[in-house]
Amino acid sequence: MEIILLLFIFTLAAFLGFELISKVPSQLHTPLMSGSNAISGITIVGALLSTAGTEGSTFATVLGAAALVLATINVVGGYMVTDRMLAMFKKKGDK
Amino acid sequence: MSDSLINFIYIISSVMFIMGIKMLGKAETARKGNFVSAAGMLVAVLVTLFDKKILDAGDPLSWAILAGSLAVGIVIGLIAAKKVKMTSMPEMVALLNGFGGLASLLVAWAEFHFADVKNTMPADFSKFAIIAAILIGGITFTGSMYAWGKLSGKISGKPKVYAGQKAVNALLAAVMVLVSAIFVFVGNFEACMALMIASIVLSLILGFAAVMPIGGGDMPVVISLLNSLSGLAASAAGFVIQNNVLIVAGCLVGASGVILTVIMCKSMNRTLSNVLFSGFGSAGHKSDKAVEGEMKPMSVDDAYYVLEAAQNVVFIPGYGMAVAQAQHTVKELAEILENNGAEVCFAIHPVAGRMPGHMNVLLAEADVPYEQLKEMEEANRILEAADVAIVIGANDVVNPAAAEDKGSPIYGMPIIEAYKAKTVLALKRGKGAGFSGLENGLFFRPNTRMIYGDAKATINELVAKFKEK
Repeated sequence: MEIILLLFIFTLAAFLGFELISKVPSQLHTPLMSGSNAISGITIVGALLSTAGTEGSTFATVLGAAALVLATINVVGGYMVTDRMLAMFKKKGDK
Repeated sequence: MSDSLINFIYIISSVMFIMGIKMLGKAETARKGNFVSAAGMLVAVLVTLFDKKILDAGDPLSWAILAGSLAVGIVIGLIAAKKVKMTSMPEMVALLNGFGGLASLLVAWAEFHFADVKNTMPADFSKFAIIAAILIGGITFTGSMYAWGKLSGKISGKPKVYAGQKAVNALLAAVMVLVSAIFVFVGNFEACMALMIASIVLSLILGFAAVMPIGGGDMPVVISLLNSLSGLAASAAGFVIQNNVLIVAGCLVGASGVILTVIMCKSMNRTLSNVLFSGFGSAGHKSDKAVEGEMKPMSVDDAYYVLEAAQNVVFIPGYGMAVAQAQHTVKELAEILENNGAEVCFAIHPVAGRMPGHMNVLLAEADVPYEQLKEMEEANRILEAADVAIVIGANDVVNPAAAEDKGSPIYGMPIIEAYKAKTVLALKRGKGAGFSGLENGLFFRPNTRMIYGDAKATINELVAKFKEK
């Protein structure tokens, strides 16, 4: 049942994702991409759990820690860079 | 914290991601949207620290490992985000994409390794999720790294093709799927471990192999597709550890990435499979139509007089502007022309540059107000009445063959109709063809004048001429 429930969530999220953005002005393509890229860094949560939850296997902990570093770079770098770009989009006269 | 409380807070995070993506799609709310989604991420990370798995482990060593890894990631992420130049944004996005994909692969690997140590074979479905996270993550990783190499100029942007490439790639993919399928149904740990390692290696090779034949100009499609895959990899990792926030967030990114990929393909009037598998410009497409006329060069002095008299000027930037880092100079010239009484705007083709929205980012960096940035349709209306169109390092996106020459490989691609302007000034490094290797008929038109040389230097000279007078 658990698995079916997760698949259920997955399917709904897929449809939601398709509907979520329809007409995006081309100006926002890059920030949208890098911003959603940062969201895919959610795997950071998985990395946290596999780093700490794998006691007794040093190798698994090492893999988890490597994943944690990479996912953190993905998250932090992704959000910061997106913000930097969006901060530049100004209207005429904005200061 | 109890599992249900944690899961409840994960729902809040998911809602924040959904709102964040939604807001990112509109200019007025985009920055706030990014903030909302970042806050959602922070909430998800913080609440995870209260998970039983982590609290039970609670010895100082594992806390130190967690804190250390987080700190290293944060520092590297911050520095990279601060240091990166706007012109290098496509590489940066590719790199981050690759990291995300690899992280998902490693999570799945760690989980399976841990299961081995505990000697409890995961259920078939979990093994399926593990192998899915590994395959998608692996392809995303090396595919992104290869794209990064191409975008940063470390590897040539030209498509690399060889005879039988498609067959080799198809075979690679088939073997990979077969090995993965056996992994799911074999009950022996030793065999499974070997099969998993084989899958990792195969997925890494396939990532390279798949991006290899794709040319630099098709990178906008590839980058958005890899972005979508990195989301799916995270979602698969979510199935591995049965965590709903990973599943939802990853899937949202996967699906919205597909939308962006489709937009990019439409802008080139090509199908996704055509972009991925055709090895563009390399397969023997030969146009039967020879380009007539000759390219007529013009000096900067003469260009100055043309611009001085112009009432309506349209800039058409392309990848060459990014390479020459000319965006600030271009903006200076635009301002001067405006003060000189001309109407100025920028015509942006959706696939100009190397990633979706590349030109918009560069021009925004140079402080060009976004009212002046015109999307293709509107730009084409303006061009009909334009006195001068200045093409800066753009090539295929202004090639009239797309509209006129049925034999051309880019036939049918919507273009910016620069040739409609009374005079076209084309700034170009040399006489060579674009990335696709196509001759551009625009440069041979009677109303086109070529100004050879580095775009930035040329525009600087023009700016100096205006300041002299």
